[in-house]
Amino acid sequence: MRLWFSVSILLIWLIMVILNPLLTQSANLIDLEQILAPPGSDSLLGFDDLGRPILERLIAGARTSFLIAFGVVVISALLGTTLGLIAGYKGGYWDLFLVRVIDIFLAFPGILLAIALAGVMGPGLDNLVIALSAVGWVGYARLTRAQTLSLKHRDHVQAAVALGSSSRIIMFRHLLPLIAAPLIVEATFGIAGMVIAEAGLSFLGLGIQPPEASWGSMIRDGAGYMLIAPHMVLAPGLAIMLVVLTLNLLGDLLRDKLDIRLTEQKKL
Amino acid sequence: MADFLLSRLVSALVVILGVAILVFLLIHLVPGDPVDVMLGESARATDREALRIALGLNLPVSEQLLVYFSNLAQLDLGHSLYSNLPVSQVLAERIPATLELAGAALLCAVLIATPLGIMAAVRRGEAWDWGAMGFSMLGVSIPNFWLGPMLILLFSLWLGWTPVSGRDSLAGLILPAITLGSAFAAILARMIRSSLLEVLGEDYVRTARAKGLSERGVVLRHAMRNAWLPVITLLGLQLGALLGGAVVTEIVFDWPGVGSLMIDSIQKRDFPVVQGCVLFISLVYVLVNTLTDIVYGLVDPRIRLSGSR
Repeated sequence: MRLWFSVSILLIWLIMVILNPLLTQSANLIDLEQILAPPGSDSLLGFDDLGRPILERLIAGARTSFLIAFGVVVISALLGTTLGLIAGYKGGYWDLFLVRVIDIFLAFPGILLAIALAGVMGPGLDNLVIALSAVGWVGYARLTRAQTLSLKHRDHVQAAVALGSSSRIIMFRHLLPLIAAPLIVEATFGIAGMVIAEAGLSFLGLGIQPPEASWGSMIRDGAGYMLIAPHMVLAPGLAIMLVVLTLNLLGDLLRDKLDIRLTEQKKL
Repeated sequence: MADFLLSRLVSALVVILGVAILVFLLIHLVPGDPVDVMLGESARATDREALRIALGLNLPVSEQLLVYFSNLAQLDLGHSLYSNLPVSQVLAERIPATLELAGAALLCAVLIATPLGIMAAVRRGEAWDWGAMGFSMLGVSIPNFWLGPMLILLFSLWLGWTPVSGRDSLAGLILPAITLGSAFAAILARMIRSSLLEVLGEDYVRTARAKGLSERGVVLRHAMRNAWLPVITLLGLQLGALLGGAVVTEIVFDWPGVGSLMIDSIQKRDFPVVQGCVLFISLVYVLVNTLTDIVYGLVDPRIRLSGSR
């Protein structure tokens, strides 16, 4: 049941992303007659304060959040995993250095660093992705390092060393596949986190800039009209909640299926 | 014991130094010339030069870092470009509101999560459990920048029970505290549940039951005391998310704390204040975490011994 729910919500999200090219025009189309019009026959979810259709903007926002969340998770997972593998496997100064850097990045609570970076670098898609990746890589690096440390003394790794395999082959062929399962779980929760982070930064005005649609900026625009047009805030909020809920459920499900005890590993 | 304390304090110090350097570097991440960005294109050349000197940007980076650290040691965080007041003073005015909000959110989270978590563990697999865990799942999935407006809509605008924003009355603290505390409550409830479930299988719980204690006594007096221990360390870690979330919550409720100061200053391009806010929030986080570590070490000797390896 949980799986079907998760998969169908994710499919709807994906379809919204794919539908986008058909709708790019209408998401920013202003109809002055329809300003703040409630959901009805003209548009399924009503119109916003500028007379733009909410449904179309919701679909455009789906694309924004999808691309940014997946993009950031791919970048941070690649970066974090590579650094974590090298530090965990090579040990020595590399490892000492990485652990310190991880500690320092973890000292910035939540999305504070992303807010500061996006704020200083200025808004926009590129800077948003850089800011979120700068925060995101740490989790993957820590997880990979801890896993590598506990796996590198396994027999098959020792055998590979004895056979003269290069460190690169050992890290990416013999260690990485064993770490893949927890990484996939981490990435699933990571996508959920990044959907919220992107929307949060856009809500603060530090992310996607108008007139481009983001679920976060839609909530910000709607907050001022809540009493007369609650649909402006309800629609994007429910969209974020559903997507994040789905990803969290999926992450839980994967963790159970793959039998991973992340809490134990994080203590290492 | 002394070794343990020393190692914790040294590593906290290293982290604080690193954080300070990263915060220092923030201003160098401004695209182009920071002075141009802060003053705008139309500023006079003399004003630009004055600001460049005031920020020390005319010096080589290594010297800037030295000046920055010697100022920091004297709690001098520079001056606001907007009001020309010392950043430390601007920050000090906002700190009580943030601490108040964070404290209230923490209290709120504990009050919601404890009964939920205990109920879910005791009635494992029953409707109570499902309900509590469903609530918890929802709690982590609702972003606070949406929950806030929804609560305002329901309780302030429709029902008229609480003020929409501001820090004038105790009633005004309720919605921000719930908004900020909800995700934390959700995580806490799950942690309490799993921690309590682990403990409920122990021998001493069976003994307590066998000697005829009421189920209530067994859970609250015997099991819960030990179940708290792992929860407390995670509390420290989760506080970070709470402090980060405070930035967004303060904006939603127009709360006059450090978070809204930071966003205001970003919009005004008042970077010295932004740096001060980031530094302050991170410092609080590092200190709380170090303190949690030390307290935990005091309570549980096993941690102390493995920590001072």
